[in-house]
Amino acid sequence: MNSLEWSRGLTEMTLAFHIVFATVGVGIPIFISLAEWIGIRKKDPHYLLMARRWTRGFIITVAVGVVTGTCIGLQLSLLWPAFMRFAGNVISLPLFLETFAFFFEAIFLGIYMYTWNRFSNPYLHWLLTIPIIIGSSASALFITMVNAFMNTPQGFTLQNGQLTHLDPLSAMFNPATPSKVAHVLSSAYLTAAFLLAMIAAFSMLRGRENDYYKKSIRLNMIAGVILAAATIWIGDLSAIFLAEEQPEKLAAAEWHFDTGNRVPLFIGGRLNPDTLEITGALKIPSALSLLAKHNPNGTVIGLNDFPKEEWPPLYVHYLFDGMVGLGFYLFGTSLLFIFMTRIKRWNAYNRWIIGAILAGGPFSMLAIELGWFYAEVGRQPWILRGYMRVSEAATTNPDVGITFWLFAALYLLLGLVSLLVLIRLFRKKPAEMELEERRIIL
Amino acid sequence: MPIEQLGIAVLWIFLYGYLIVASIDFGAGFYAYYGKVIGIDTVISPIISRYLSPVWEVTNVFLVFFFVGIVGFFPETAFYYGTALLIPGSIALVLLAIRGSFYAFANYGAKKNNIYLLAYGATGLFIPAALSTVFTISEGGFLSVHGNSVVFLPAELFFSTYSWAVVLLAISSVLFISSTFLTYYAARAEDNRALEWLRSISLWAGVPTIISSLFVFIALRNHNREHFQKTLDVWWMFGLSLVSFTIAIWLIGRRKNYGSAYIAVMLQFLFAFFGYGISHLPYLLYPYLTLSSSVTNLVMGRALVISFVAGLLLLIPALVLLLRLFLFNTKYVKGETR
Ligand code: HDD
Ligand code: HEM
Ligand code: HEM
Repeated sequence: MNSLEWSRGLTEMTLAFHIVFATVGVGIPIFISLAEWIGIRKKDPHYLLMARRWTRGFIITVAVGVVTGTCIGLQLSLLWPAFMRFAGNVISLPLFLETFAFFFEAIFLGIYMYTWNRFSNPYLHWLLTIPIIIGSSASALFITMVNAFMNTPQGFTLQNGQLTHLDPLSAMFNPATPSKVAHVLSSAYLTAAFLLAMIAAFSMLRGRENDYYKKSIRLNMIAGVILAAATIWIGDLSAIFLAEEQPEKLAAAEWHFDTGNRVPLFIGGRLNPDTLEITGALKIPSALSLLAKHNPNGTVIGLNDFPKEEWPPLYVHYLFDGMVGLGFYLFGTSLLFIFMTRIKRWNAYNRWIIGAILAGGPFSMLAIELGWFYAEVGRQPWILRGYMRVSEAATTNPDVGITFWLFAALYLLLGLVSLLVLIRLFRKKPAEMELEERRIIL
Repeated sequence: MPIEQLGIAVLWIFLYGYLIVASIDFGAGFYAYYGKVIGIDTVISPIISRYLSPVWEVTNVFLVFFFVGIVGFFPETAFYYGTALLIPGSIALVLLAIRGSFYAFANYGAKKNNIYLLAYGATGLFIPAALSTVFTISEGGFLSVHGNSVVFLPAELFFSTYSWAVVLLAISSVLFISSTFLTYYAARAEDNRALEWLRSISLWAGVPTIISSLFVFIALRNHNREHFQKTLDVWWMFGLSLVSFTIAIWLIGRRKNYGSAYIAVMLQFLFAFFGYGISHLPYLLYPYLTLSSSVTNLVMGRALVISFVAGLLLLIPALVLLLRLFLFNTKYVKGETR
């Protein structure tokens, strides 16, 4: 493998690892805040304990998020020096702003953790969650702006290799920004809801019946159903955006080759790479036109309008289908649960539903990974769509292979140890034990 | 002020901030482990964890701020340093990652564990050593540049006296800054056993700091004559640095005003760090990059400065709050609240 391939591999690995923790970092603070607020308002110690326990686990994931984020931040310069030289001139503003967001979050997280009982008015402590939420969501906002810029660059003019007419704000607010930011945020919140529900579901499946777990599941599933609906809706907005501004990415995901109207949608299936024939797929007539243009007669641009060397890899079809499928799974599960709790005679907490909720945790994280890989692989071969190819941006240093293995070992270690620590954290001190310690008997 | 000078001033101030807060953190890791080895960890570790726990993430952000900022203000540096620093940069990253996460695992996760503590202590010395090589490389002579290809020459770095002098200085400074700060913190906590131990360490750690900085001057003279000459133009800054050092040692020696002593240490490093930085200019990388050849465009430069000012307005009150709750809150420092 050459430097380019190693650089791609290392970037993929670091990002795939970082987004797990970053997503958790963006999503969980909302739920900590929500639980603490409900707890204070209803004077229900169960919710207060939830906020405490979630915070404890959250710190661990934050730590890994911070160190892997530092890795990717520096690796961008180490692996893609030519890109960063260019990006530094045009899109460094949001990257710079992101560090302020981290700062802000880090400071208030530090205060939050160590001031549980220091204020006489409990709402003061709860107020500290607000800057944490703002900080973590703002970091997602700013980094996603950079990523959006890579998909639809604007805010500069390139004349004979010289950059002119620079406009950092227009670079930040590029066409991809609204749909991308909204989808990234809503999916991160959704994932957090399912991960937290997963923890409670796990305990219930092991035979614990305390109300604590039921309340946790109910809270997260109510949020989950709203967020899943929002994510699906915003995902559709993203597809509409793609059809408009980045049609080759959508076309690659849908195996759509010839521009036309009344375009059908293919789900799953197999593609013959030579004849481009699709077999074994579920075909829904006019559905793609309907999705991308909200009009069954809408014209959708196909891949044949682009030179073949600019086609993204066509396997992104499966990534996209996987993400969408999981989105409906999450929506369906949370909706079913809510529906069952409405009907008195039914036990919403039966093994099957709880099991489905348990699976929602890993599934939601899988959807995040699939979504990012789709979005990034679908941009290939460009690192800056229309301006710079990935192959032009990679480092010329011949030793990337060594660093790849170095970081692989690091992530393996971090992944295993953080998992171990988290499991120990929740298993060694189950909620019942803590309830008893704190003399909470309801 | 031209944008490039404003930019480098901002970045250098932040790097100085990182130098101070990170040194406390790195050194504390070493002392925590050392204290455990010689069996006085019950004395030292509460002091350390009470200070460090709320602030470790903040420390890391200082570093992130610096490297994001330098790519923003001086995009060319991303290209040269990015290509050249792949290996040392990656090693530093891995160490930083292990340190940060294991600190959190040990502190928030499970009960304390010796391996965590060893990793925490050892990385506290290796990271400053790895990071300090960036300063060495910036002096020139460790890269070969042909057109668009930048090649790092690790053997040159390894066999350079200057490089080792800088490493030595980095490690001893870390131990010195950290011990003087912890002495002050222990004094505030009125923890006399920890205070005595840390105080004698501070006094000892001052010696190698001064000796190794002399080494650095001598080695710089051989390695980069031009830079050495320019340090002589700002000799008074290094003189003030030495004066501050003397005051600090004198105060600690007399068991008085540990707070002022620590401020003197901060001044010592302030003068030395800025003396070094000012004499390094206009080069960011000898002899390839200068401030004006690598600076970003004016529009982006202005946008960065504006956002920097806005950011500070937001951060400073928050930082003050953090310090008031944890550093200047006597009850917390003494461990009476949690
Ligand atoms: C829990 C996670 C999750 C779920 C359930 C979904 N998505 Fe998604 N999707 C993401 C998580 C995600 C993401 C990780 O957040 C991505 C990656 C890059 C991005 O902008 O968001 C993404 C990207 C992404 C893109 C590419 C955007 C771009 O590159 O600009 C499209 C078109 C969709 N999604 C569409 C959908 C649709 C129609 C869904 C319907 C069910 C859906 N997503 C569910
Ligand atoms: C190229 C992509 C990315 C880069 C360069 C990057 C950079 C970073 C850096 C440098 C940090 C550590 C900051 C610190 O020291 O506190 C970090 C942490 C973080 N990142 Fe990323 N990041 C990327 C992708 C993402 C994405 C996609 C998200 C959100 C969806 C995200 C959200 C976060 C959050 C919330 C943190 C703070 C960790 C926490 O507090 O939980 N990042 N990132
Ligand atoms: C500052 C912004 C970013 C930069 C400079 C960047 C750069 C790159 C580069 C150079 C690649 C390699 C291309 C390749 O593998 O073919 C890549 C791929 C990838 N990026 Fe981004 N990226 C950015 C933002 C993000 C964010 C925020 C995420 C999500 C967390 C992300 C997720 C991915 C993934 C999953 C891949 C692998 C795609 C593949 O297999 O090719 N990226 N990115």
